[in-house]
Amino acid sequence: MIDFVGKRYKFFLVSGVLILVGIISLAVFRLQPGVDFASGSAITIRFDRPIDQGDLRTALLNLGYDQAIIQKTPDGDFFIRVREISPGEKESLTTGLEDKFGKVTVLDFYSVSPVIAARTGRDAGIAIIVAAVFILAYIAWAFRKMPRPFRWGTCAIIPILHDVFIVLTVFSILGWLLGVEVDALFITGVLAVVGYGINNTIVVFDRIRDNMTRGISRDFATVVNSSVLETFTRSLNTSLTTLFVILALYLLGGVTIRNFMLVLLVGVVVGTYSASCIAPQLLVVWDRGEWGHFFSWLPIGKRKS
Amino acid sequence: MRKDFWMLIFIVALFGLALWIITPIDSERFGRHGMQLGLDLKGGSHLVYEADLSKKDPSQSDADAMAGVIQKIERRVNEYGVTEPLIQQLGTDRILVQLPGVRDINEAIRLLGQTAQLDFREQKLGPDGKPVVNDKGEQEWVIAKAKGSDGQEKELTGKYLKPNAQVVISQQKNEPEVAFEWNSEGAVLFKQVTERNLKKPLGIFLDGKLISAPIVQAVIEDRGVITGLTISEAKTLAIQLNSGALDVPLTIIQRSDIDATLGADSLHKSLIAGLIGLTLVILFMIIYYRVPGVIAAIALAIYATLVLSVFKMMPVVLTLPGMAGFIVSIGMAVDANVLIFERMKEELRSGKTLGAAVDAGFNRAWSAIRDSNITTFIACGVLYWLGGTLGAFMVRGFAVTLFIGVLLSMFTAITVSRTFLRLLVASHWVTSLRAYGVKR
Repeated sequence: MIDFVGKRYKFFLVSGVLILVGIISLAVFRLQPGVDFASGSAITIRFDRPIDQGDLRTALLNLGYDQAIIQKTPDGDFFIRVREISPGEKESLTTGLEDKFGKVTVLDFYSVSPVIAARTGRDAGIAIIVAAVFILAYIAWAFRKMPRPFRWGTCAIIPILHDVFIVLTVFSILGWLLGVEVDALFITGVLAVVGYGINNTIVVFDRIRDNMTRGISRDFATVVNSSVLETFTRSLNTSLTTLFVILALYLLGGVTIRNFMLVLLVGVVVGTYSASCIAPQLLVVWDRGEWGHFFSWLPIGKRKS
Repeated sequence: MRKDFWMLIFIVALFGLALWIITPIDSERFGRHGMQLGLDLKGGSHLVYEADLSKKDPSQSDADAMAGVIQKIERRVNEYGVTEPLIQQLGTDRILVQLPGVRDINEAIRLLGQTAQLDFREQKLGPDGKPVVNDKGEQEWVIAKAKGSDGQEKELTGKYLKPNAQVVISQQKNEPEVAFEWNSEGAVLFKQVTERNLKKPLGIFLDGKLISAPIVQAVIEDRGVITGLTISEAKTLAIQLNSGALDVPLTIIQRSDIDATLGADSLHKSLIAGLIGLTLVILFMIIYYRVPGVIAAIALAIYATLVLSVFKMMPVVLTLPGMAGFIVSIGMAVDANVLIFERMKEELRSGKTLGAAVDAGFNRAWSAIRDSNITTFIACGVLYWLGGTLGAFMVRGFAVTLFIGVLLSMFTAITVSRTFLRLLVASHWVTSLRAYGVKR
């Protein structure tokens, strides 16, 4: 029998380290904003014959695109990011490349003006906050017969924000290593992670509620621990089945949704961890009034016993 | 037992109906022909235009100007011949246009977004009565004006054309021309202008750019031609003249073009990936949960069929993220079954009979299924709103399919799995607890 609740500070330490890494990487590397957030145009093109990336860069330079970002995709196509270009400029860009390299197929062209890009960033932020507030309110309502329903809601939301933060961290590191960008689909993935993570947490909380009503123990920590244990197989099995599907889509589903699937992949793994190892433990910490322990290492104030 | 039996008949009938609706996938049922695929799966162009409302006619309200522009864009799209286009207003000043499967996207963009203000101009004359030429040696022009039938001075523009312009090939020069007819007011104006400019050039301008300047050969009243165009320019112009000039100028603020072959490739790849994922899930369920796992697999098959039939009937426009949403919802549908089976196993271990354990398993798992799915609905709602404000069809696709998927998963988990399990237990076919994954 694993003592999930007893090891709570070890779990908090793990998450604390992850969050620290995240703060550093987000501060240093930030996120690579895609066209949705930074505005500009992104073109994915395919050539009939193999092309050297350096030659393509020179060709773009000659066409006047000195700031172009060029990436080779796993399928051998090229992804090019330039400033926002008009339909006419797009035509002259492709004909310019055709003159040099032969037939060019534009697989994907995406262009966003600065007007809409600024709004996207703002709306995405609003969406996550609104989702968190509504979920908090619903959980408080669903647990209204329990003492202090808002405490349950808060303890469910904190691990979700923790999950989102870790997903951001992973993408910040990937952006630094591989130039992976965040776009509107990334935000969709993050909100799906929010939905999925809350799903797991609620199943555990539901069991705690059930076990409290049945009065299996007077000690809250014991109730929480047996609830986590009882739901652990289910959490693992559900995550495994979801991961099967996500992995299959990640590996075989094609480039368009690969990053989107990566968001879900990271989110589901972290969400499963935080639903069993963070959320219920926060309830215990709050119940025992142990919040002070988080700051006991600080030189200010006196350590409690 | 009797209730379960009727439920079984209902489920089988529903499953049969859903199966009939979706097989074969491109068949026509209840007026819907096949699945409606999004741009990312069949290729096409996604455009968001922003209208410059500061340039509207002051007598018009913002809403009227936008309605006018949208109506004209619709006419242009219809005349151009696009199947299942989508034209809708976003917010106060933006218009979303989706053109699936367009052959020449650049041509389509020129056609749709151009204001297409046609006007006729006369040579600007200097004080000496000679035509004025600018620094580059080009002729300068002024808009031709004439007295209308009500005695008012009016500019000669495309406003007075009948909506029946068409492309003809001229007999003498074998070149494309756009033939147009004036309405009665236009005829009054055009007669005066041609009289005044006999044997002189008359400039024909589109959005301030000269397209041709023929010499007026005779006084004309009711009709005319525009020359100096390529065949595709002539077609575009004819459509634009018939729809009328846009009330306000438009600029593209978001554009996404997807190649049709890439779309087909993505569709194919994600379908295969989805099938492999689903097979793994079913194998896992059967190996781990034994008999209930088999029932969950059947429930999953019914679930997938129901969801696809709803997608086809609504119709839900299937996009790649939409398919991802569907697949994530399969994960959640499995979750409901896992929750129930885990509960059931606990009840069996605590010594309950099979029948009692099935009921207790369902009843006690319900609150968790309900609460977790409702929070998912909340996330879907927020995503739907976000997708709407961004004009991001991919985001909306995900939200819609996930919502439908989760909703139906609640139905299949609590009716299909439950009915099948209860009937199985009551039939006494399988009584060994080992078959339910419990060692006692």
